Amino acid sequence: MAKVGVIVFPGSNCDHDAYHALKYVMNVDVKFLWHKETDLSGLDIIIVPGGFSYGDYLRSGAIARFSPIMQELIEYVKKGGPVMGICNGFQILLEAGLIPGAMRHNEKLKFICKDVHIRVESTQSIYTSSLQKDQLLKIPISHGEGNYYIDNDGIKELQDNDQVLFRYVNAHGDATPEANINGSIDHIAGVTNKQKNVLGMMPHPERAMEQLLGKEDGKQIFESILQALAIS
Amino acid sequence: MFKAKVSVTLRPSILDPKGKAAHQALENLGLTNIEGVRIGKFIEIDVQASNEEEARGIVELACSKLLANEVMEDFHIMFEC
Repeated sequence: MAKVGVIVFPGSNCDHDAYHALKYVMNVDVKFLWHKETDLSGLDIIIVPGGFSYGDYLRSGAIARFSPIMQELIEYVKKGGPVMGICNGFQILLEAGLIPGAMRHNEKLKFICKDVHIRVESTQSIYTSSLQKDQLLKIPISHGEGNYYIDNDGIKELQDNDQVLFRYVNAHGDATPEANINGSIDHIAGVTNKQKNVLGMMPHPERAMEQLLGKEDGKQIFESILQALAIS
Repeated sequence: MFKAKVSVTLRPSILDPKGKAAHQALENLGLTNIEGVRIGKFIEIDVQASNEEEARGIVELACSKLLANEVMEDFHIMFEC
């Protein structure tokens, strides 16, 4: 059975959502990893959860990036280990240089908490391999700094390597300017590193797991991951 | 001891919505001669070093490693005499 680690930084607040989603919805073995831990052995995937690590001081994710566990996480990634950063987790992975780019304040400066539609742009990753290209997922976002930025050369590289997994679109699947909720470059909602073992995404799939709570599209991403991990 | 004053600002090519909002407010105040506003961070750092060059090296490292994200920000260091 796949074993999942969920990192806990001071100020993480979606760690329990991720734990619940994996343990009670996906029925896999999960454990919390305090940010001072340095033993990542035996883990099939590591989740860097959302929240406000270190109170978002300086820049979101900038301080967490220097937590003791991060050095081990970088080694884990170098060996090909899969890492999924959600929201603040995405910001931390950007600050750590594990994913290219940076995060700016939302274009209209507001903290936005609502369900959005994202479109699957590539199925060439463990995170999306069992999804369909152009499939729509309704998943909530909850962030003030989710306005993804990368320079022109960077964006070209992302496109050439098929690293963009999710884009913000409207309910019909169109990437209209209005659908680009936080102003991200090229509507990017989720993007991987070049090797595609590291994903960062602003939307919260772990908050869209049970129909009882209104939505369950996020489950499909975790199903894809677990299927891919079981095969590989 | 050396006292460094560091400013961190978004690169000119990057939209600064906070600066834009402040600019708009200043225009509403009647200050219509203002052509642009950019908002950044100001950081004071006290450094132990034997000379200013050494101190500058330490502060530059602090900026590039942590205080500024060079993907989107520039930093400028000044030393107090």
